[in-house]
Amino acid sequence: MKHPLFITAIAMLLSLASCAPVDLDAPAPVYDTGVDPSAWASVPAGEFLSGQHNEPITIDYDYEIMVTDVTVAQYVDFLNAALASGEIKLSGDAAMGYYPGDPYHGAKHEIRIDPGDYLLVPLNDPASRFTFDGQQFAAKPGWENHPMTNVSWFGARAYCGYYGWRLPSELEWEKAARGTDGRAYPWGNEITRQHANFYASRDPFEDMRTFGSRTTPVGFYNGKSYDGFQTVDAASPYGLYDMAGNVWQWVGDVQVQPGFSDRLMHGGSKDTYDMDLRVWVRNSAPPMYYSPGVGFRCAR
Amino acid sequence: MQFIKNRLTYLFGSTKGLILVAVAMIAMTTALFGMLSGPMAEMGIRDVVVRTLGMDLQPAEREGRIVILYHAIAMAVVAIEVYMITGLLKMRAFFKTATRVLVTVGYWLAMIFGLLFAYWGHNWAFHGLYITGLSLIFFAGVLLTIALWPWDKAYYQPDAAYARTRGGLDLERTAFFATALTTVISAVFGAVPGAYFGNGFEVFLAENVIRLPEKTTMQYSIIGHLHIMLALIAIMLTLIIGRWLDFKGILHKIAMPLMILGTIVLNLGVWGVVTPLEPIAHMIIYVGATPAMLGALMLVIYGWDKLIREGVTGMEKPSGWQKLKSLLRDPLRFGPLWQMVFMNFTVSGVGIFFAVRLDEIVRLWPHREERIELTGHWHVLSAIIATIILLYYGDIIGLRGKLRQWYGWAIIILSNLAFASVTILELKRLFISEATQQPLVNTLMILIDFGLGMLLVVLAIVLIWRLFDLFKAKGRWTEEATHELSAEVVK
Repeated sequence: MKHPLFITAIAMLLSLASCAPVDLDAPAPVYDTGVDPSAWASVPAGEFLSGQHNEPITIDYDYEIMVTDVTVAQYVDFLNAALASGEIKLSGDAAMGYYPGDPYHGAKHEIRIDPGDYLLVPLNDPASRFTFDGQQFAAKPGWENHPMTNVSWFGARAYCGYYGWRLPSELEWEKAARGTDGRAYPWGNEITRQHANFYASRDPFEDMRTFGSRTTPVGFYNGKSYDGFQTVDAASPYGLYDMAGNVWQWVGDVQVQPGFSDRLMHGGSKDTYDMDLRVWVRNSAPPMYYSPGVGFRCAR
Repeated sequence: MQFIKNRLTYLFGSTKGLILVAVAMIAMTTALFGMLSGPMAEMGIRDVVVRTLGMDLQPAEREGRIVILYHAIAMAVVAIEVYMITGLLKMRAFFKTATRVLVTVGYWLAMIFGLLFAYWGHNWAFHGLYITGLSLIFFAGVLLTIALWPWDKAYYQPDAAYARTRGGLDLERTAFFATALTTVISAVFGAVPGAYFGNGFEVFLAENVIRLPEKTTMQYSIIGHLHIMLALIAIMLTLIIGRWLDFKGILHKIAMPLMILGTIVLNLGVWGVVTPLEPIAHMIIYVGATPAMLGALMLVIYGWDKLIREGVTGMEKPSGWQKLKSLLRDPLRFGPLWQMVFMNFTVSGVGIFFAVRLDEIVRLWPHREERIELTGHWHVLSAIIATIILLYYGDIIGLRGKLRQWYGWAIIILSNLAFASVTILELKRLFISEATQQPLVNTLMILIDFGLGMLLVVLAIVLIWRLFDLFKAKGRWTEEATHELSAEVVK
């Protein structure tokens, strides 16, 4: 029985080693990607190939969508402005905003979402890339041009709505990501570590021994080299960056099926394998969910 | 020429040879295709394998590839069970031979041409041969069901120590029959939607649609199919292990009716998901699963009690420690039953917890977390089934002494280490946040990879030994060529 005991002891030691605290504020390199996060891309009306099996779908209107995810800097500007104007409020450890509610069907597993105030962002989550001193929100130094994360679907919707925009629909998001030729990723059908930020993609922000994968600045994969880390220009056919990897992106659809209270996300993230970066792959979560791997962009 | 003929006669004409071939096929497939995902992909090994072997992995076809890979491996497992059943139970020689021929040709066609089709471009002739293989296995199942017909008086149970009706109907054989029959019927629940979705490669993985409240009948059929087939493979294996251990006595008499009832009700529940009974199908499934699991518990109690009794024979008042030593003295007989118990912690228990706390906990997480739990759940169940087969296989090939101890304990400990780690990985969100999970994930992945990797190494050693053995004029294979499993039941 010596050997089983030995193996068990090793396993326990390894488990204890895994309990070492993670420094969520570990220093990160600072890069200017040169991509303007306030830029918008135009997507013309017309047919595109949708979903895994390339079903032809027509969007019969032009629309615009942000070239990058909403950044931390952009989002804290919104929080400060909306707090000052009274459009959002503070309650406990959260910034809250009003949502008019979802239709309720009483379906199995459906979450009832009545009109009321809902969490936009948590205030004291150590994984957030912003701070709040009781008066003002501010981006943590070095993270200003990274995608805003730890933001709920309500928080994403509130941001877009504040400026008169909206979250893109799932179809709008997909067309903007893949264009019209049925490609699997925004840049084509092949993926390498130089194309996007995904799990164990070895970008300069990642350390899989400790904190794991972290976000890259918006527009990072644009063909530039960052201290020797060469990227590929991974823009979508309409010029959007980070439509695969970095952070999951909330889309605006509500109740894609009656009784389905989750909200959809697309794009995969820094925490997922490359298979989740295929443009048609769906993730979903209740609208109050937030995570260091979820962000968004707006459409208009 | 005689050299090759003798070896081929052993490998494809004897129970033990057929099992060896199928185990080797599964091992090679697992080793090769295991390099395409998870940590192997992280380390860049996938890219090397894909390039070296000239694989064609289109992103949109991943789900289709995986479905074919799962079937390729599962068909070989089904073949092993068929060999074991036909080696353990009485049946007419024609049925034994015909069933084995069909299932062997079937799984070879399904495995080889299915994987060639899925991973090396789409040669539709290969797809046709893959479907032919699956069809042959289906017909093997039909023949096996006929062969197991329990109401033939020749197969009535004369011994009162075993479960039987007053008229002598062998209830254990009836349990085998019920499982075979429901397996054949349940295969149809995969075949019909398979033809529907597979036409054009438009397949899906059940875990990807789990959250949608509205599913089509075809989607329900697929979900039901994958659940019930795995459950039936597990139930059949429980019956096989019971036969090997010569399960009998009062526990056998309680267990067999439970197994029959459980199997039938479980199937009715799963088939019900494609009918208007869908809203209560889960309740029917629970009602069916409970007696089936109780039947397995009876086998565990019987098997362990037998091990202890044999081990303390001659001792006047054995202590608890002596009883424990007796229980653990033979890992190949203790192991399969332990794996059944361990399954409750890593599969059934987790599944029940998630089902009970679905709305309060699981559905507040993102879908991806639920997907990790679902895939972990059935991967562990599949792997537990594989380890039980390997433990029995260790006995089949006559491992003795230290080798038997090392082989048996290695499989038990390494697999348990891996499965426990998978379970923690599935449940991690209960006790650690996404932002701080990486060191824990790293540790778990090391334990999973170490456990499964070393297990494959142990298996590889055994297979290499068996390969060398085949070159010996009087190797172990010459003895095995004539041995039948029914003659090696633990008395």
